[in-house]
Amino acid sequence: MPKSGSTSKITRRTALAGLSASVALFAMPRIGHAADETIRIGFPTPLTGPFAAEARDQVKCAELAVKLVNDKGGISGRKVELLVRDDKLNAGEAATRTLELIEKDKVHAVVGALSSAVQLAVNEVTRARGVIYVSISQSDTINEAKDFSKYTFHEALNPHMTTAAVARQTLKKGMKVAHLVADYAYGHEMLRGFKRAQASIGADNVGEILHPFGAADYSTFIPRLMSMRPDVLCISNFGRDQANAIKQAVDFGVKRQMKIVVPVILHNQRLAVGPDVFEGVVGGANYYWGLEAQSKSAAAFNTAFKAANGGAIPTDYGAYGYSGVGSLLAAMQTAGGTDTDKVVDALEKLQYDLTKGPQHYRKCDHQSVQSVLVLESKKKSAMAGENDLFAILANDASSDDMLRSCSELGHAT
Amino acid sequence: MDLPLIIMQLLSGIALGAVLVITALGLTIVFGMLGVVNFAHGALFMIGAYAGLYLASLTGSFWWGLLLAPILIGAFGMLIEFVLIRRLYGRSIDDPLLLTFGLSYILVEGVRIVFGSDGIPFPTPPQLIGVLDLGIGFFPRYRLFVIVLVAVVLVALWMTLEKTRIGLIVRAGARDPTIMQVLGVDIGRVWLAIFGLGVGLAALGGVLAGPMRSVNPEMGSLVLAEAFVVTVIGGLGSIVGAVVAGLMVGISISMVALFAPEMATIVMFALMAVVLLIRPQGLFGVRGRTA
Repeated sequence: MPKSGSTSKITRRTALAGLSASVALFAMPRIGHAADETIRIGFPTPLTGPFAAEARDQVKCAELAVKLVNDKGGISGRKVELLVRDDKLNAGEAATRTLELIEKDKVHAVVGALSSAVQLAVNEVTRARGVIYVSISQSDTINEAKDFSKYTFHEALNPHMTTAAVARQTLKKGMKVAHLVADYAYGHEMLRGFKRAQASIGADNVGEILHPFGAADYSTFIPRLMSMRPDVLCISNFGRDQANAIKQAVDFGVKRQMKIVVPVILHNQRLAVGPDVFEGVVGGANYYWGLEAQSKSAAAFNTAFKAANGGAIPTDYGAYGYSGVGSLLAAMQTAGGTDTDKVVDALEKLQYDLTKGPQHYRKCDHQSVQSVLVLESKKKSAMAGENDLFAILANDASSDDMLRSCSELGHAT
Repeated sequence: MDLPLIIMQLLSGIALGAVLVITALGLTIVFGMLGVVNFAHGALFMIGAYAGLYLASLTGSFWWGLLLAPILIGAFGMLIEFVLIRRLYGRSIDDPLLLTFGLSYILVEGVRIVFGSDGIPFPTPPQLIGVLDLGIGFFPRYRLFVIVLVAVVLVALWMTLEKTRIGLIVRAGARDPTIMQVLGVDIGRVWLAIFGLGVGLAALGGVLAGPMRSVNPEMGSLVLAEAFVVTVIGGLGSIVGAVVAGLMVGISISMVALFAPEMATIVMFALMAVVLLIRPQGLFGVRGRTA
C-alpha cells in the first residue's frame, strides 16, 4: 500500500535530520551544570492505530506520575520531563524514535511500548546503548535470557501470570476448551500460557484457530469453533481485535453454548462494544478502578487521576503508564539522580506500591511481581453507574510463585 | 468435515462478500465512468458508518440511519465532486488519486477530532438481534438481512442502468462523453450524479458493516484495500465484475478459514495475483483500458 511506502520515506528523512541534529548538538558546547539539568524520560507508545485508546491512557497516566514528582520539587531538585513519541505500532518506527530519543533528546531512561514486537525493537536499542528501559507491554520475551540485559525491566503483567489466574477462575477438570488466537507473539504467548494452565487443571484442548492480526471480520472462524463444542472459548487477542471478535462471536450465539474467556479484559474495548455483548465475559487485568473499595493505593491513584483529568477514571493500560514511570522515578529518588548503574541497583531493591498493593522487580529477570485481578463484565442492569463495568472475581496477591522460574527463562540461578 | 458446517461457512462467506460487493461497486462505478481512482472511498465508508450511527441515535431508529446516511453522504460526495474533483478531469490519473488520498487523511482526522479515536458501539437493530435456526445451524439474523438488502440494491441498480433512460445516458456517457455533449446532454451533471452514487454506496457499506464491527476512525483503511482487490479481480470499471469478484473473495476467505485460518487474509491477494497472471484486465475487464 502506498501508505507504508511514504511512511518509510519520511522515517528515513527524519532519521537523517535527527542524525545531523545530534551531530550539531555534539559540536555545540554544553551549557549549564549536570546537577540542575532536567531529567528526561522517553515514552514511545502507539498513539495511532488499533491500540490508540490504550496508548492515550498510558500517556495521561505517565504524565500524572511525572507531575506528582515535579509538584514535590522533582528529583534532587531536578525537574522531570516526559517525551512522548508515537511508535505507530511499528517496530522500525519505534527503533528510530527510541534512537532519536537517546541520541538527540538525551533521555535518561525509556518507558513504554504496548505491543510485543515494538517492545523487542525498543529493547534492542536501549540494550545496545546501555539505557534503562521499563516495558509496559504484556509480552515478556524480553525477560528471557536471550533478549534480557541488566537495563531491561518489565512492569506489566506477563502472559503466564494472567492466563494462570484466569484459568484458575474459569476452568475445571474435564472441561473442553477451544482457542481463537491472534497470529503474532502476543497471541502465541497467551495460548502457551492457557495450555500450560489447562494441563495442570486437567481441562481438554479441543482445538485452536489462529486469526490474522488486525482482522475486521471473525465470522468465518466462528462456525468451526462452534462445531468443536467447547465449554469455554478463550479469545487471545488485543485492542480492537478483542472487541470485534467478541462482538461477532456473540452475534453468532456463541454465549448460549459456551463461556467466553480472555487473558486480558480491556476497559476501553468493553466501552467500545457495550455491556450486552461483554456480559459474562471473564478476563485478567492489572488494574480496575473499582479496586479502590479494597485498596488504599488504588483509591489514592484514582483521586489523583480524577483531579488531573476532569473527573475521568484511570484504565488498566493507563495504570501501567503510571506505575512504569512511577517506579522508575522512585528508584531515581533513591539513587539521587540518573546515574544508570545506581538507578538499576535501586530498581532491583525497590519495593513500591503505586496503584494496587506491593510490587517489586524480581532480581533475575526484572519482571515486576504483582497482584493479578480476574474480572467479569457486568450485566447492564447490574451496573451501578456508567463506570461500573466489572465485578472483581479474584485478586491474587503478589507472589514470586506466580512467575516461571528464573532457570526456565534461561537465567543462571 | 460435515456438510452443515460447510454450508454455514459458505453463508458466512456470502455475508462477508455482500459488504465487499457494495463497497467495491462504488469504487468501480466511479472509476469506470469518471476515470477517478477514489482513495477516499474507505474514509467515506467510515464516515457513512458514523453518519448512520449518529442519525440512528438522533431518530431512535436504525432504519432511518440506514436510509438517510447514504443519501446525506452521497450529497456530500457530490459536493466533493463539484468543488474538488471536477477541476482535475482531463488531467493525469495521478491528480485525482493524490487529491482523494489527501482527502482521506482529512476525513479520518476530522472524525478523530469530533468523535474521538476510540471505537463506539453500533447497536444491532432490535428486530435483527439474535440468531435464526436454519435447521443445520444458527446464523445471525443481521447477516442474513445484509445479504438480502445487498441483493435488493443490486437488482435496483441493474434495473436503473439497463432499463431506464437515465441508465442509458450514464452508459453512453461512460463510453463517449464527447458525443453525449454534442447530443445536448449535460455530461457534467451525469458525472456529478455518478460520483454521488459511488460515495453513497460506500456510505451504505459503512452503515451495514457498523453493527457487525465496532465503529472507529480507522475502519475504512482495511476496507479500501479489500475493495481495490475486488475491483482488480473483477476488472476495473466492471459492475458485474465487482459483484462476482466480491462474492468470490468473501467465499474464498471463508472456505480457506475453515482449512487454514492463518491464510484467510492472504487468499484474497493470492487470488488477485492469479487473476492478474491469467487475465491482466480482470475477470470482466476490457483489455487495453488504462484510463
